[in-house]
Amino acid sequence: MEIANIVDKCPGTVKEVIIGATKDEGGTRGKSITVGGSNCIPFMDFDGSPGHKPAIAMDVYDIPPEEWPEPLMKHYADVVDNPANWAKKCVEFGADLICLKLDGIHPDKKNISASETVSTVKSILEAVDIPLIIWGCENDERDNEILPKVSEATKGERCLIGSVTQDNYKTITAVCLADGHNLITQAPVDINIGKQINILVADLGFPTDRIVMFQTTGALGYGIEYCYSIHERARIAALSGDRQMSFPIICDVGHEAWRSKESKARDDEVPQWGSFADRGKMWEAITATTLMQSGVDIIRMNHPEAVSIVKKHIENLT
Amino acid sequence: MALTGLEIFKLLPKTNCKKCGRATCLAFAMQLAQKKAELKDCPDVSDEAKSILGEASAPPIKLVSVGVGDKQVKIGEENVLFRHDEKFYNPTGVAITLSDDLDDDAFNERLNKINNLKFTRVGTEIEVDLIALLNKSGDASKFADRAKQVSENTHLSLILESKSADNMKAAVEICSDKRPLIYGANTENWEAMASIAKDKSCPMTISASTLEELADLSEKVKGVGVADIVLNLVSESTKEILQGLTKIRRAALKKAFRQLGYPALTYMPDCEPAQEVVSAGIFIAKYAGIVVVNACEPWQIMPLLTIRQNIFTDPQKPVQVEPKLYEVGQVNENSPVLFTTNFSLTYYTVEGEVEASRVPAYILAVGTDGTSVLTAYSGDKLNEDVIAKAMADTKIEEKVKHRKIIIPGLVAILSAKIQEKTKWETLVGPKEASGLPTFLKNTWN
Ligand code: SF4
Repeated sequence: MEIANIVDKCPGTVKEVIIGATKDEGGTRGKSITVGGSNCIPFMDFDGSPGHKPAIAMDVYDIPPEEWPEPLMKHYADVVDNPANWAKKCVEFGADLICLKLDGIHPDKKNISASETVSTVKSILEAVDIPLIIWGCENDERDNEILPKVSEATKGERCLIGSVTQDNYKTITAVCLADGHNLITQAPVDINIGKQINILVADLGFPTDRIVMFQTTGALGYGIEYCYSIHERARIAALSGDRQMSFPIICDVGHEAWRSKESKARDDEVPQWGSFADRGKMWEAITATTLMQSGVDIIRMNHPEAVSIVKKHIENLT
Repeated sequence: MALTGLEIFKLLPKTNCKKCGRATCLAFAMQLAQKKAELKDCPDVSDEAKSILGEASAPPIKLVSVGVGDKQVKIGEENVLFRHDEKFYNPTGVAITLSDDLDDDAFNERLNKINNLKFTRVGTEIEVDLIALLNKSGDASKFADRAKQVSENTHLSLILESKSADNMKAAVEICSDKRPLIYGANTENWEAMASIAKDKSCPMTISASTLEELADLSEKVKGVGVADIVLNLVSESTKEILQGLTKIRRAALKKAFRQLGYPALTYMPDCEPAQEVVSAGIFIAKYAGIVVVNACEPWQIMPLLTIRQNIFTDPQKPVQVEPKLYEVGQVNENSPVLFTTNFSLTYYTVEGEVEASRVPAYILAVGTDGTSVLTAYSGDKLNEDVIAKAMADTKIEEKVKHRKIIIPGLVAILSAKIQEKTKWETLVGPKEASGLPTFLKNTWN
């Protein structure tokens, strides 16, 4: 029996964003990574082109993480106070990108200076040759002070820098524009605010093929369904031709998954939950693979085995 | 798919006799299309029209139930492809395999383990739904014995899997009162399997490796009188199954393609322990009625049940926790007191951070109809009066000696008003819950 034709051709396409620049392109990266480009529901390549595979960005912090449970920490214990070595490890673990998270510049943390941060960034660029994401600390004042210095020091590397919000975007957008970087626009699980911030940065003349959206992330069991549906709505809007939504999406899976009770509770605390060693990485992996179904292009992750699980899963789907 | 008014009109007698109480057949047809009238109001409608209109008003994906009683699993009858368009109604059944050829000890141990896979999340108990008994032995009496043993020793519903109709018959005989799902019919053995299903009024799967074959098969099985059909696309590729499930759902919903208007069951092609879990997770999100896994460890099953709970949450309804005073850790009269709203995502985020801080604390979840701090504040559901009342209702002043309350950084603006109203000193906490551990450790102490 012939089956009804269910192919869904979409009028819109998610923009392609190139992160990282090689020597020929004015940077120092071994290769660049392109994300986005999809014009169908995730993995439905009978409809159209699914675009580039989701890329895995592994986190490196500028200060040792305080709250990481042992099953995660054990993979990084010898490098957490050396971001450059930490980044090298991520490359061994199969990272497509490094995401340097600048928690340490926050006034409540270490209040690390701009010059120290710039040298951290440079040490990472020297240690590894994959493209770099640089993410502030969500304190507007410190981000506005430090990210411009970082942007300037990495001019030509075509990093992905963020994040900007509708309340704080002008300074960072301007420097990323001037220094040739890509930009992360952030909204709090809200389609309209997401659109608004994209319009605001575009109004400053920021090129629309250099924007990546972030809608904040909820882990499995901690609001994943809100962010799943926001991503899905954003992606469907993009596919139907909404130009203010047609950007790749980044999500922060590692940090969120490893904050959960399920990843942190030791065997003696919750014997009925099963192996502490396996629980966290599974929580992280399934948060990532589920969000991939909603349409995400860059996934920030932490645990090396969770990364392998997700990469194998991506192979199984492409 | 629903018919339009004009399509319905073509099926009516077109006499405009007004017996239905409407001026014309066309007016009646229009009201039928909008579900404002019932077909039985027209006494002269033909049998043919009745059957076409009856079919058209049936749900696009049939509801199929497996098992009986409390733990009966209902699947199908979904209306949308994307949960934000409405909601997903009938949560995917999670089934765990159990082979009939295990020795007695191993068999009982695994059966026990499956029975006990339950967890509590957001105040709700979540657990697996089905046991899939596999006829690995190939033996009829073994299969029947094991079916008896399982049905007597589990509260869960049952799937019986065998390609042999004789073996299936032997096992179904024994537990047909439990309405097991008969799993094993394919293009070769479907007639024998369908006759068991029909005889014992049990639901059955049909398996084929293409959607075309599945559609043919569903028509044949339906033709011999089995209504409760579950589709099973056979493939060794995770991608093919994901695409197949999507095509089935689209064909049923967007094209009213009846032959595929049934729920689907799937197993996992990649059986590596972690791959199995992530594949089952995406099939829960994208359109499986039942997922069958070999995974049986809590670290595998808890995330699966959680993803099901999350995906099948009604997206229109803010999820709430009971507005009350919660204790985190070993609190005492010196423990800090914080408040937040009763939106469960907000509450659990705060709770998680307080827990992570290892500083025992009271959290007052103020009733705001399940809205977040900022939404509640702008909607005037979170103000000094509401907070003062919540504090009085929960008798917080009898629980602690101090008179300090930590307020969410997002509503710092309420600080003075709360202080004035409650006479408690207010401490403005961080804007994001993630700042709480530092806040509790440093500022509070
Ligand atoms: S009762 Fe039937 S035939 Fe008569 S007007 Fe109504 S729809 Fe037409």
